Amino acid sequence: MNNFSFIIKLLFILLLQVLICNQINFLGYINPYIYVSFVFLFPLIKNRFTLLLSAFIYGLSIDFFSDTGGIHAFSLVFVSYIRLFFLKIILRNPNIDFLNFNLWKEPSDKIFSYVLTLTVIHHFLMFSLANFSLTNILNTLSNTVYSSIFTILIYFLGVFLFQKKAPL
Amino acid sequence: MQLLNYIFKKYRFFIFFIFLESVAAFLIIQNYNFHREKFVSSANFITGGFYEKVTNLKDYFSLKQENEALANENKMLREKIEYYKNAIDTNFVTSNNFPQFQYKTARVIKNSYSDSHNFLTINSGLNDSVNTEMAVVSSLGIIGITEKVSSRYARVQSILNLNTKINAKLKNSNHFGTLTWNGKNYNKVQLLDVPRQAVVNIGDTIITGGMSTVFPEGILIGKVTSVNQKTTTSSVLEIELFNDMSNLNHVYVISNKHKKEIEKLEENE
Repeated sequence: MNNFSFIIKLLFILLLQVLICNQINFLGYINPYIYVSFVFLFPLIKNRFTLLLSAFIYGLSIDFFSDTGGIHAFSLVFVSYIRLFFLKIILRNPNIDFLNFNLWKEPSDKIFSYVLTLTVIHHFLMFSLANFSLTNILNTLSNTVYSSIFTILIYFLGVFLFQKKAPL
Repeated sequence: MQLLNYIFKKYRFFIFFIFLESVAAFLIIQNYNFHREKFVSSANFITGGFYEKVTNLKDYFSLKQENEALANENKMLREKIEYYKNAIDTNFVTSNNFPQFQYKTARVIKNSYSDSHNFLTINSGLNDSVNTEMAVVSSLGIIGITEKVSSRYARVQSILNLNTKINAKLKNSNHFGTLTWNGKNYNKVQLLDVPRQAVVNIGDTIITGGMSTVFPEGILIGKVTSVNQKTTTSSVLEIELFNDMSNLNHVYVISNKHKKEIEKLEENE
């Protein structure tokens, strides 16, 4: 049951991304990439094969809708791989209890820096791959900054609205 | 062997990670290559069907503007018919002089203009005899070239794509250049390699040249907004598109009936 509702949630985010978020084009080019919340939603498990493979499939389905080859798959797999490393650094705790871990029981400043770091890394990787050249590096950087702000705003708004137990 | 086993066990996640990333990288490179067979694209049954359903719904909101645009085009075509009426009446059309270019109608079901490599999806494919490398235009000007076709949908490489290069010329002087896009503004494209001796004024109209087998000659593109005058042999023109690339719905796909013949001739050279 829990798995089922998780998959429905992911499908909902996928459709939200491709049908609404990809069409916003605020100020001509700024879009939120909220599908990155996959990385924060996916439960912490020992078997990282499942995580990486799901991230790849999820990113690829976004790619299918937005005609981008594999850039979303690439960047989503990358942040999924490094998330444990960053979680350990930010929480300053090398032995995380995988079974009982809940991100929303952690202090809010740590949650924020965790979400911020992974989002910025993901967006930077994605926009570099989308531009595919070093000539537009300033464009890439400005895109990264603006879109990250937009994504994080939408992500926390969504969390506050839809989480049953309000965090903080 | 034991060592190998140990290394494999210790780094198995990393190896899997590298494997997935290389698959993704392969797909990305394939996507930027025009002449390769593509695996990931929105011109397939599932994504195409989804976009078509959503577009059907969205169309109701722009019915009025669409009708106005079609009425304007009808008016323009009627005026043209009046102009050519005498010629049509006196010339008997035989099967030998069927037009070289044939027009088919289609609708844009997915549009993008904010990336650096933009693609559109249209709702006609092999079943409507749309093939790869056909021109896609609207009543206001060029849009792109089809590059992947499924049975019911086709993916169009927009002119707003860093890889697109189209032969174009000045309407009043026959000087040729290459039309490209620098990835910045979706209303502006650039015309490169225009010879310096060409007299260009701001406001001049740019149309497609007849040098490619894809576009017929004389399709509208845009008007010149600035001329970059440097001491080089060729100049760069900034062109404002007639088309609003962020608002496309009804388009035409143009097929060239002589394309195979021309390509065969050029291959023999």
